[in-house]
Amino acid sequence: MADEKVKGIVLDIIATVAPDADISDVDPAKRLRDQLDLDSMDFLDIVMELRKRYKVEVPKEDYPRLESLDSCAEYLGPKLEAHLTS
Amino acid sequence: MKYDAVIIGAGMSGLSAGIRLAYFDKRVLILERHYAYGGLNSYYTLGGRQYDVGLHALTNYTPPGHRGGQPLNRILRQLRLSREELKLHPQKYSEVRFPGRTLRFTNDVADFIESVATAFPKEAGGFYKVVEDVLSREYVLDGEDGESSARAYLRSFLNDEILIDMILCPVMYYGSPTPHDMPLGQFVVMFRSVYCEGFARPEGGVRTIIKVLVKKYRSLGGKLRMRCGVERIHHDGHRVTSIELDDGEHVEADLVLSSAGFDETMALCAGEANSTGTVAGVSTEDRLSFLESVSIVNVEPSAFGIMPTIVFYNTEDRFTYARPDGAYDLSSGVLCMPGNFTGAALPEGIVRVTNLANYDRWRTMSPAEYAVRKNEWADKASEIVAGMFPDFRPHVIERDVFSPTTIERYTGHLGGAVYGSPRKIHSGRTPLANLAICGTDQGFLGIVGAMLSGILIANAYGME
Ligand SMILES: Cc1cc2nc3c(=O)[nH]c(=O)nc-3n(C[C@H](O)[C@H](O)[C@H](O)COP(=O)(O)OP(=O)(O)OC[C@H]3O[C@@H](n4cnc5c(N)ncnc54)[C@H](O)[C@@H]3O)c2cc1C
Repeated sequence: MADEKVKGIVLDIIATVAPDADISDVDPAKRLRDQLDLDSMDFLDIVMELRKRYKVEVPKEDYPRLESLDSCAEYLGPKLEAHLTS
Repeated sequence: MKYDAVIIGAGMSGLSAGIRLAYFDKRVLILERHYAYGGLNSYYTLGGRQYDVGLHALTNYTPPGHRGGQPLNRILRQLRLSREELKLHPQKYSEVRFPGRTLRFTNDVADFIESVATAFPKEAGGFYKVVEDVLSREYVLDGEDGESSARAYLRSFLNDEILIDMILCPVMYYGSPTPHDMPLGQFVVMFRSVYCEGFARPEGGVRTIIKVLVKKYRSLGGKLRMRCGVERIHHDGHRVTSIELDDGEHVEADLVLSSAGFDETMALCAGEANSTGTVAGVSTEDRLSFLESVSIVNVEPSAFGIMPTIVFYNTEDRFTYARPDGAYDLSSGVLCMPGNFTGAALPEGIVRVTNLANYDRWRTMSPAEYAVRKNEWADKASEIVAGMFPDFRPHVIERDVFSPTTIERYTGHLGGAVYGSPRKIHSGRTPLANLAICGTDQGFLGIVGAMLSGILIANAYGME
């Protein structure tokens, strides 16, 4: 359940960062980059939005952990805990 | 109050940088010396008519639904703007006209490939390889341009020097800060911008874009002060300590981004800015500037037979892109018909003509001579256009002309340089840790280039 919420949060951010991307049919196990035509500038933006919206910091060395929706859920779940319970 | 960031200049790069920073909750202040936004691509009203200073075309047009890393999409994404807001209408077709030969291009590069193949059959294969190779390269400017040469690059695929001149003519006019040749990286960016992506015009002209940017910036809480020039940048040798305004007020900020140009910004740091258009130790001889006339015509040019959207022309055997010795160079130029984009008809027909010009010649004229020479130039330039197309002169009801000194006066760019200094600083770095350059002298040129530059520099320096 929490996983689904995190995925929803990430998809919501992607919809802001890349409104022209089609997020209706994302395979959670596959790399977001390959499915959605996101480049490194977009990824930086996702990280920035996480900070803006949830005060979550993602250090550069952890960027690979935002690769897919599944890995996002695993990595961001604990960081977003406060937002998931409320 | 201390700002997180102060941005010098409310042109395309400064406004874009401001939007990025304000969006991520920085306290941002943009300072603009002029009373109008837009800088090199501003707009004004004269005799009840609205004019655009610069706009011929927005380059880098990509149609709706086109995703990925093309600059236009990148800008829309990064600034959180929707494509509809810019109301872009693509061009019909444009031409490169040289003696005895004409090439035609559209926003589909296949048309240009076909046109080159028809006019230069022996070069068809080589040109195809140029397009393929350019498209395989990264859309970035980084590192040093060094000695790289677009001409040498084109010669490695093509033999015909006239074709090389014809390919270079539009890309130089729309984005070369260097005479005669351009660095390869800059060429690749401009080739894609002009031939592979192409031209569009925002409905209503450049003000449509500027208004969208200003509105977005303000809606994010960004502050903007007009008629508020920066007189001096104070520093301790390592960092900017404060910014002094024309009226003596001081402003403090953690970060300063300047779109005033590199040498111009350094002059502000040295306390050497003055109003004579010169800075000690800086030569403006290698900077390129233009004359531009905007003629209002009583019927749309297409009604009397001028059909292309933009024409890049050269009347000599070889094409020379350089600062002329005389006040202007009539031998090559750009002709733009804003009414020949797709989309709704304009309120009135417009014909724009651009030639290369020598800033120093215009700067040293007396006011009386200046007025006479401006008209003399515009008459001669119109005559050349009239030799290529049905004569538009009988239809002209109003005409405005601006010169390199006009450009300098309203934008502060030394030498009236439209594309800034030939030396670009792709990293944006300056000798002061919290001062960076964005816009023209960072390296990305034109409207789309300047916006991209503001975004890249804001991302690189402003997000900590
Ligand atoms: C005649 C002409 C035609 C053009 N046609 C096209 C075209 O068709 N398509 C296209 O894409 N591009 C075109 N361009 C180029 C394009 O306009 C520029 O590349 C782009 O606008 C540059 O933006 P910028 O933000 O880098 O610089 P600028 O627009 O120059 O912004 C710098 C701003 O800083 C301000 N400033 C400077 N010093 C100070 C100071 N000390 N204190 C406060 N403010 C200061 C200036 O007033 C200015 O507003 C044209 C330019 C010209 C002049």
